[in-house]
Amino acid sequence: MTTLKSLIQRYQLGSLLLLVLLLAVVLPLTLDIFRLNLVGKYLTYAFVAVGLVMVWGYGGVLSLGQGVFFGLGGYAMAMFLKLEASDPESTKIQSTPGIPDFMDWNQITELPALWLPFKSLPLTLILVIAVPVALAWLISFAMFKRRVGGVYFAIITQAVALILTVLIIGQQGYTGGVNGMTDLKTLLGWDTRTDSAKYILYYACVVLLVASIVLCRWIQTSKLGTLLLAMRDKEDRVRFSGYDVSNFKVFTFCLAAGLSGIGGALFTLQVGFMSPSFVGIVPSIEMVIFAAVGGRMSLVGAVYGALLVNAGKTLFSESFPDLWLFLMAGLFIGVTMAFPMGLAGLWESRIVPWWKGRREALRRAAVQPPPAAMPPASAVERPEDIGGQHLNPEPARP
Amino acid sequence: MTLSDMWNIGLMQGFAGLSLFAVLLLMGLGLAIIFGQMGVINMAHGEFMTIGAYTIYMASVFTETRAPGLMAAYFPIAIVLAFLVAFAAGWLVEWGLIRHLYQRPLDTLLATFGISLGLQQIFRTFIGPKEVSPTLPDWLMGSWAPAEGLDIPINGLFVLGLTLLVTAGVLIALHRSRWGLRVRATVSNRTMANATGIDTRKTDRLTFAIGCGIAGVAGAAFTTIGSTGPTSGSLYIVDAFLVVTFGGAASLLGTVVSAFGIAQTQSISEFFLTGSMAKVLTLSLIVLILMLRPQGLFASKVRR
Amino acid sequence: MSNTDFALAVEDLTVSFDGFKAIDALTLYIDRNELRVIIGPNGAGKTTLLDLICGKTRASAGSIKFKNTELTRMAEHKRVRLGIGRKFQTPSIYENLSVFQNLEVSYPSGRSVFGALAFKCTDEVKARVQVVAEDIGLADRLGTEAGLLSHGQKQWLEIGMLLMQEPELLMLDEPIAGMSARERELTAELLKRICQNRAVIVIEHDMDFVKQIAHKVTVMHQGKILAEGPMDKVQADPRVIDVYLGH
Repeated sequence: MTTLKSLIQRYQLGSLLLLVLLLAVVLPLTLDIFRLNLVGKYLTYAFVAVGLVMVWGYGGVLSLGQGVFFGLGGYAMAMFLKLEASDPESTKIQSTPGIPDFMDWNQITELPALWLPFKSLPLTLILVIAVPVALAWLISFAMFKRRVGGVYFAIITQAVALILTVLIIGQQGYTGGVNGMTDLKTLLGWDTRTDSAKYILYYACVVLLVASIVLCRWIQTSKLGTLLLAMRDKEDRVRFSGYDVSNFKVFTFCLAAGLSGIGGALFTLQVGFMSPSFVGIVPSIEMVIFAAVGGRMSLVGAVYGALLVNAGKTLFSESFPDLWLFLMAGLFIGVTMAFPMGLAGLWESRIVPWWKGRREALRRAAVQPPPAAMPPASAVERPEDIGGQHLNPEPARP
Repeated sequence: MTLSDMWNIGLMQGFAGLSLFAVLLLMGLGLAIIFGQMGVINMAHGEFMTIGAYTIYMASVFTETRAPGLMAAYFPIAIVLAFLVAFAAGWLVEWGLIRHLYQRPLDTLLATFGISLGLQQIFRTFIGPKEVSPTLPDWLMGSWAPAEGLDIPINGLFVLGLTLLVTAGVLIALHRSRWGLRVRATVSNRTMANATGIDTRKTDRLTFAIGCGIAGVAGAAFTTIGSTGPTSGSLYIVDAFLVVTFGGAASLLGTVVSAFGIAQTQSISEFFLTGSMAKVLTLSLIVLILMLRPQGLFASKVRR
Repeated sequence: MSNTDFALAVEDLTVSFDGFKAIDALTLYIDRNELRVIIGPNGAGKTTLLDLICGKTRASAGSIKFKNTELTRMAEHKRVRLGIGRKFQTPSIYENLSVFQNLEVSYPSGRSVFGALAFKCTDEVKARVQVVAEDIGLADRLGTEAGLLSHGQKQWLEIGMLLMQEPELLMLDEPIAGMSARERELTAELLKRICQNRAVIVIEHDMDFVKQIAHKVTVMHQGKILAEGPMDKVQADPRVIDVYLGH
């Protein structure tokens, strides 16, 4: 029984179960497939937000270019799907059949070498993760080994986001340019636009997201997680305890990149296109806001953050586009000034103590006389029975 | 194409780069002062530039409708106005937001991005989403031809002159004025500056406002080379950051050199490659060099 | 000139910042099992010397040999793995983690990324944490958040974190700053205990404390060594009295 309890504590199974319930049961039952597909889209952004919790919340490294990795994963998947949709039969009206339409429009007559690996699905799946991770490794290795961090690193990630955006838009023959890759219909012959396909893809997304959260939680509760928190607090002390600090930052950054790549690929599958508007500076900063609103230290919170902000965006930008942008601006300012730990932080600091206060009051009222000296400084106690969020790993191991 | 033709094209291309250099330098100066003083990267800096540009536009409209006779003279006055309006806006922003996020540079980044979004939306709502341009006075039009086949636009020369004036002004202010002394003291050692009676918070506010004011002047320069819209600021913001980081954040000489280098690299490569590839090349070069030398070109020697 | 008997051999060490020589051709030898105290006026370069040995600052010239390995080009974490531990002037502990976690993280295994992922807090680790915690007098505070400890306890915790690493050279920068008289006594006893089988360098200002613990004293002034020897000899040295101790 102790191992089950410790498992629940370690992986915060309470809050995770709640999330799974919401995503796997409540939403599919209450929303029509169109709205559910939208939620699936929001969940792909949640991958990026979860990665940001690791690299920003725990690692203390702010990346303003996660869109790059999201886009790289998304484009990898898009290239595979585009090639499949551009078989000689369906493209026979083109001047060069068998290649994607935008290449034809740009007078390209044969498939560029860069595209060849994406003819195979297994290779594409590997590249969805490998390409973002490789780029992340390159950037972070160069930067962290030289002790570049903080604001400088954030600016570099912005520059990389800008470079990739301009590159993609400029090289429209190879990438589809500013319109991106559209008209993606089938995955190995299976039509991804039918309702049943959308359900399957949605659940695939949920499963992968939950698996990512479990993986990240495992990392958080390992010595690596403790070290990340220690590094955020006192990097020098960690270094002088014999750890090569840069390696840990590189690992976390690459982890976030890989997760973002997976999110991007799932996005392409569910939405049916990929364009440079998800790669640049503005979408990258928006992804940071998802994590910030949900709670930069909370994996589950990041998912809620992504869902809420995007739902708000869809709701408002249709009816009150002007108001929405002001709201977004307010969100940025509010999150940094008023609630830096996001919704999860508010939950932890306001709702959990309130709930405990109520329970104590109820317990006292029920028992006569009141129990002797059980101080409510069981604030150190884990609130796992109400699925609370943890900001710090367990304070003490007996 | 003769050799002298190529020389002329090279010069003119180089000169086109100078207008870009002017805008980048003015933006970079403002950012460098703010970053050197407070360690704050102001993501709304582009919007302060836009404030300056819109001020020029509104001054132009005002003069045209109310005092058309003053058209020839309004521009320099409008530039001063642009500085003042941006200065005031910067003062407000520092007072209302930045000073609460003291010592949290990453959060300041995010918060100022919020300000940037908010300002852009204010522009859109109160001025309009379409791009506008002020009517430039006659003496700014046309070009000067010092040699056969070499046409240098006068507004480019004006912008360059303005930039040099402002840069010199900033350098003199930093090294001769009381404000400059306080800034340099705070940059070197904030605790000691506080201990010797310098109100570092007031200095911060003044510095931030001056930095924004300079961005306003950049906006004035910008109106001579392009039209102004709500998102015009975002065109230059990343480049301005890179100018500052590349030059070595607290070094003004570095800012000048890196602004020049970046502008010229972009402009000259535009001649050989497409516009977008030139941008990609320039940015990639900067990122690569920063990877090899993260402290920038002219970093101050700090005790490591 | 390098003698393999010494634990630490510093020779002709120089570092200059923008022309100012903080350490000027300094030569110093520390034995195993020795507790060397470095004293001197402010600005003498004492902390800079420790910075150079542990790698926080890069030397401009000279050599630092630890167990016959040249340190001057080595990265900080590698020097730590060789067996050097440094305690900083202001307590440098992880305020948000518990005392137990602070000590656990300092356990010298699982130092690579994947090592850290796979690291398990075995009984061996727990036992070691218990032993060290008893040594530093914090055995009853293992669950407390480190930020809540008193200043003196934080200093002990930092020493404890270093002891977890089992260093062969321990460098302590003003370990009793801010401690009460009783705490100073306890710290003196602790230091005398822990210098068995290790070399310890201590920077301190409190002369009574120095007398209690020092085997040998080195006096620094303006980046150079002014005098060296047992405490009473150094205390009697007129140059030292002039520059530091006062008449």
